[in-house]
Amino acid sequence: MSGLNELYQELILDHNKNPRNFKKIENADKLVEGYNPLCGDHYTIYLNMDGDLIKDIGFQGAGCAISKASASMMTTAVKGVTKKEAEELFTKFHALVTRDVHDNNEANIEELGCLGALAGVAEFPARIKCASLAWHALHGALNSEDKAVVSTEDSKMD
Amino acid sequence: MKTQSQSTATEIETAPSFDVQRIREDFPILKQKVHGKPLVYLDNAATSQKPQAVIDTLTRYYLGQNANIHRGVHYLSEIATYEYEKARGKVKLFLNASDSREIIFVRGTTEGINLVKDTYGRKFIGKNDEIVISAMEHHSNIVPWQILCEEKGAKLRVIPMNDRGELLLDEYEKLLNEHTKFVSVVYVSNSLGTINPIKKIIQRAHERGIPVLVDGAQAASHLKVNVQDLDCDFFVFSGHKVFGPTGIGALYGKTKYLEQMPPYQGGGDMISSVTFEKTTYNVLPYKFEAGTPNIADVIGMGTGIDYVTGVGFEAITAYEKELLKYATEAISNIEGVRIIGTAEEKAGVISFVLGTVHAHDVGTILDQEGIAVRTGHHCTQPVMQRFGIPATARASFAFYNTMEEVDALARGLGKVKEIFGA
Ligand SMILES: Cc1ncc(COP(=O)(O)O)c(C=O)c1O
Repeated sequence: MSGLNELYQELILDHNKNPRNFKKIENADKLVEGYNPLCGDHYTIYLNMDGDLIKDIGFQGAGCAISKASASMMTTAVKGVTKKEAEELFTKFHALVTRDVHDNNEANIEELGCLGALAGVAEFPARIKCASLAWHALHGALNSEDKAVVSTEDSKMD
Repeated sequence: MKTQSQSTATEIETAPSFDVQRIREDFPILKQKVHGKPLVYLDNAATSQKPQAVIDTLTRYYLGQNANIHRGVHYLSEIATYEYEKARGKVKLFLNASDSREIIFVRGTTEGINLVKDTYGRKFIGKNDEIVISAMEHHSNIVPWQILCEEKGAKLRVIPMNDRGELLLDEYEKLLNEHTKFVSVVYVSNSLGTINPIKKIIQRAHERGIPVLVDGAQAASHLKVNVQDLDCDFFVFSGHKVFGPTGIGALYGKTKYLEQMPPYQGGGDMISSVTFEKTTYNVLPYKFEAGTPNIADVIGMGTGIDYVTGVGFEAITAYEKELLKYATEAISNIEGVRIIGTAEEKAGVISFVLGTVHAHDVGTILDQEGIAVRTGHHCTQPVMQRFGIPATARASFAFYNTMEEVDALARGLGKVKEIFGA
């Protein structure tokens, strides 16, 4: 697979159409908004923590297929893991979508399970922000007291 | 002899009124392939491509004319000054201003609006005064006025629009009152394509003695602009949207206003004499052009203007009308498409949403087909809010676009639907 077919593969289209954990958590311990002012993608992520453990996670909002599928997959990947594990996943995921496509590192993709489906994003530099928006928001939530807003333009992040 | 002249006559009669293929030859970038497909450039509202003549002008300037202007007696400086001022004359004719001194070079539309806000606005707009803009302004005609309102305690009032993207003139009239000190409205909307009844808008304001600025960023490449006929007090546009270089544009202002306005920036060229006690400002237009200007691009912009006026606005308007009609049909025939901006009077801009597919995904898939469109809010977030959508995909045309390119766009949208099962 390459190019568009890889970017818009079945699994991603499915997560876009039927996002998992697409819910608001009332009385969430942590709430963070992820916002990309350039394209308007906007999500709120809700977290319930048990100490360092992500007990429950939900998200709501709107954006492109890549940002929504990525947010959905992220929630399935981090539910029930510790803060540290979630941050490690983020680091690996970030490396995956920002990797140099010319020296493809398959091993990395395997390790990430379903998140690996987003590997195709690396071929579309304009879309890396879409794929990592929810992750940046999660990162913000895990490292904030309770409420925060994370914008993709704040720190030139990608 | 006789046959020859006869055949020429028939040729002229049957020749297509607009030879788009010949025009495309003048734009080298259009020959390019993108992702292995011929480039279909439909992002002209963001910036237009440049004809060879403009590229040559820039090269010629740096190869043989480069010098600073208005300050040398040497040969190159005289040539550069001559070319620079000649370009001012071209802008004057382009806008049909009555005097070259009413043409001020700025970085673009954004700087032009900010100049008026910083000079006219700061001097003449105060507490509880009102500034009127419209619901379809580009951020560059919203934010400067908001900053001024904040600074002065003035208020921003907004002319609403209907669901087709047309301004409500009755509502506009109701907004005008004794507190209204300025009106700043876009001529052609970059996100909806609407051509506003700008002359009427100006008349209504003038009946109350209120000056009007026209954001002509999108108008300048599609319509013949005549500032004297419009009777606008200020008009701004960007060279890069009129087939010229980036980083340059012009502000037209009526002499009576420009003379009352304080300078914009202080520095060289904008003064006639300086002592530590007192500085006397230079005459128009130099009072507003501090420092070494963007000489090369001013001259390049002049060539861009020569190019469009050479093609001729009558021909351009007629051809673009056909193109818009053809494209509107082709796009609205695709199931699931909703066109945003369906005004009676429109320029070559089609904003649309495609079912539940996000504009960003539309843009990525079209790009793989070599088709460049803009996706997002087009620096008009309030327009998106008005229509309750996060973003649109936008195809915007120039006179070098073809019907075949419209067909390619329609095929590309078919591909989007295929991928998304929409
Ligand atoms: C209607 C309108 N106004 C203002 C601008 C700002 O122009 P510039 O970015 O060249 O200053 C644009 C261009 O994006 C526009 O379309």
